[in-house]
Formats: sequence, C-alpha cells, structure tokens
Amino acid sequence: MSSVRVFVGTRKGAFILTADGKRKQWRVSGPQFAGWEIYHLKGSPADPTRLYASQTSDWFGQVVQRSNDGGQTWEPVGNKFVYDGTPGTHQWYDGTQHPWEFKRVWHLEPSLDDPDHLFAGVEDAALFETRDGGATWSELPGLRATKGNLWQPGAGGLGLHTIVLDPSRPGRMYGAISAAGAFRTDDAGSTWRPINRGLHSQFELPDPDAEVGHCVHRIAMHPGRPDVLYMQKHWDVLRSDDAGDLWHEVSGNLPTDFGFVIDVHAHEPETVYVVPIKSDSEHYPPEGKLRVYRSRSGGDEWQALTDGLPQQDCYVNVLRDAMAIDRLEPCGVYFGTTGGQVYASPDSGDHWSPIVRDLPAVLSVEVQTLP
Amino acid sequence: MIRVILPAHLRTLARLSGEVALEVKAPATLGRLLDALEAAYPVLEGTVRDHTSKERRAFLRYFACKQDLSLEGADHPLPEPVVRGEEPFRIVGALAGG
Repeated sequence: MSSVRVFVGTRKGAFILTADGKRKQWRVSGPQFAGWEIYHLKGSPADPTRLYASQTSDWFGQVVQRSNDGGQTWEPVGNKFVYDGTPGTHQWYDGTQHPWEFKRVWHLEPSLDDPDHLFAGVEDAALFETRDGGATWSELPGLRATKGNLWQPGAGGLGLHTIVLDPSRPGRMYGAISAAGAFRTDDAGSTWRPINRGLHSQFELPDPDAEVGHCVHRIAMHPGRPDVLYMQKHWDVLRSDDAGDLWHEVSGNLPTDFGFVIDVHAHEPETVYVVPIKSDSEHYPPEGKLRVYRSRSGGDEWQALTDGLPQQDCYVNVLRDAMAIDRLEPCGVYFGTTGGQVYASPDSGDHWSPIVRDLPAVLSVEVQTLP
Repeated sequence: MIRVILPAHLRTLARLSGEVALEVKAPATLGRLLDALEAAYPVLEGTVRDHTSKERRAFLRYFACKQDLSLEGADHPLPEPVVRGEEPFRIVGALAGG
C-alpha cells in the first residue's frame, strides 16, 4: 500500500510525519537537529531514500545534512558557499549598495534524475549547485548577473526561496527571489532572464515596467503542464500561460490577494491552492479564520475551504515554503503554520485535520509519496 | 595537549561528548588552535569562523583563563596555562535569541 512522508522544517528542528495511503493515522518523529532552524528538507525524486536538509543558526552558520535512509540517520556534508568571483553589491533597504554576504540556505531542490545533483537557493540571493551529493558547492553566477545590483532584500531578507524544475525540458528552471522577482534559465543555469512582465508593484516600484525588484513570494507548476505557472506575489495572485513571459492577475474573489504559499493539485493542472493572509504588517488570516482557497478554474474563481480549520481567533501565518501536495488519488494537501500546527487534507482540500498542533514555528513542509 | 570546550550544539554536530584535546604546533596561537580544531573535526569548518575570511562568527566568543580573547588576532599567543593543558580554551555562544 502506498504511504506518505511529510518533512517539516521548524525554527527548532526537523520533524518527519508518516502515514499510510489513507492518511488518517500519523506517526511523528523528531526533532532532528534540535534547537537549529531547519529552513527546508527535501527528498530526491530519483531516490526517495536520499534526503537533504538545510540546518542553520545565527550562532553557528550553515550546515547541510544528507540522509541515505529516508531520514533515520543523517550526516553533515559540505557547507562552504562562496560566491563566484568578486561578489559585488546589491541594493540595500535605504537604496545604497551593500556587499553580497552569504547567510543561509533557504531552499534545496534535488534534480529530477540524479540523487547527487542538487540546487540550493541561498540568502543573499544566489543559486548554488552540487554534483557530488553536497560535498562541494559552486555558484551558478549567471543569475546574479541579471541586474543583481538592483535587487533589494524584502523584510525577511534577500532570499532565493523558490526553485522549480521543468520536467519536460532539461535545462529549463525557474527561480524566485524576494524582492527581485522571477527568473528563468533555459541552459541549466548558465544564463537567466527576468520573467516579470505583467507584474504590478506600484507600492514598491514606481516604474511600472521595472524588470526586477518585484517581491515574488512563490511560484508553482503542474509537471504535466509546465508552461503554466502560478505565482503568489507580495500582492496579487498571478498566472502565466507561456512559461513566465507574461503574467496576468487571477486574484478574483479572494478576501485578500496577499499571501505566501501557492501550489497546484497533483492531478488537475487547473486546480490551485493559496492561503490568503492579511497584510502588509499583520500577517495573519483575515478575520482570524484560517482558510485555504481553492480554484478549480486556474484562478479568478476561488472557494474557501474551512472544514476542520479554525474559524475564529486564529492568528498564525503560513510561510512560503510551508505547503505541499502528495501524488495519491485523491491527492493530499499539507501546510504548516507559524503556530506549530501541520494540517492535512487527504481529499484535495475538502476536509482538514491537524497532524500535530504544537511544533515550533513551521518554516517548510514537503511530502514524498512512496509506493 | 590543549583542551577546548565547545558549545553544546557544536559538540552534537561533531559527535563529541566532552572536551576536545588538540595538539597545536608551537608557538601556540589563537589561529593555530582553530586551524587544529577544524583539521580534527572538518564538520566544524564554517561554524566557528567564516570559511574564507576566517573571522569569528558574530555570536561566538573565545574565553580562557578569565580573559576574553574574542577580539584578538590569529597570531595572538594562547595563555600559558592553556598551552600546558591546565586551563581549557572555551568557545561560547552568546546568550541571546529565542
């Protein structure tokens, strides 16, 4: 029988939640790396026993952990992230130039076909790559060459938080950075171009045609329709039908178009999920009601999913890497909150229940579907 | 042998249960001690000092013989009681954060 394994990165360690295909009874293991911030864990699509974790600390810096047995044991691998050449500068909050400084790995994206090949999105924003299972890392500097001097940190830092691989075109990859925007490469990371046409950030960018500087929070793709992309921007939910060449807004009837997560149904490329969050400064669900919104029409028309989610006095946030969707039928949807809850829906969002309620603040959620 | 006491998180990372004992070539300096620590436990590279600049990470301090050695340079000689193994060299995490 199929099973699922949910990886939860938190402010104080990593947790692994496992269940059979019914996804009713859960086993919780952890914390791994207790006391450290775990920004992200992810398994290799080519070998589900191979996992990677970004373990980080303001005190002790960056550690990358690797598991070869599905998370039962771990070993630290290379943690040397050095920018290529002279790092240069990017824009600082006050508009001055500021030296590029490595702080942490936000996101780890294993390649689709080689468990030793992995990408890391880091703060200050850059893309690194390893081809030896994490032992050594090298920057793909073409990304920062894309007007990197104009990139500016968002409130949470200048992080490369989203890496999406196109399964149909080897070499095509997307990255998203707060607050620089979305970018695409068609040559495996050597050269990049901004793909921000159609984005409007009138409160942050006076130039309506600005190529970079947009605060993109997340991008999602259905692997069966890789030219269709969905985006949760700082404000606005958007869609592109041409691999990011042009975006248009699909916020429709959402109670607010601000939020962090966005993801796509495993089997329905036009079914999209977001969690609207009140902002700019409050960053909790509108009216204290935690609602996932689902569109079955690729955006514009959204339905609130509330069954099993708290509908009063709920003031948590759902961060950008904290939603995931399994591949079972019906697909399961998972998300974690800054209040330490991880919610699961085994029926594509119709009904929800918490797997755990009292973890440290959740930074990321990933899921593996196991045969 | 020079004795080094690490913060708990770094002991866990390096899979150590107590003090570290290190052989450091004379003259024993702060920089040579940290070089020896990283050579013996490569997993600690980058966790105490920056990989490239070798600067101490901001939220760590160095103490020995009731002296704060955090701001001393790599060539600073270690106190004699540390060199003789009578006193430990301590790497301490700042008491801050949540």
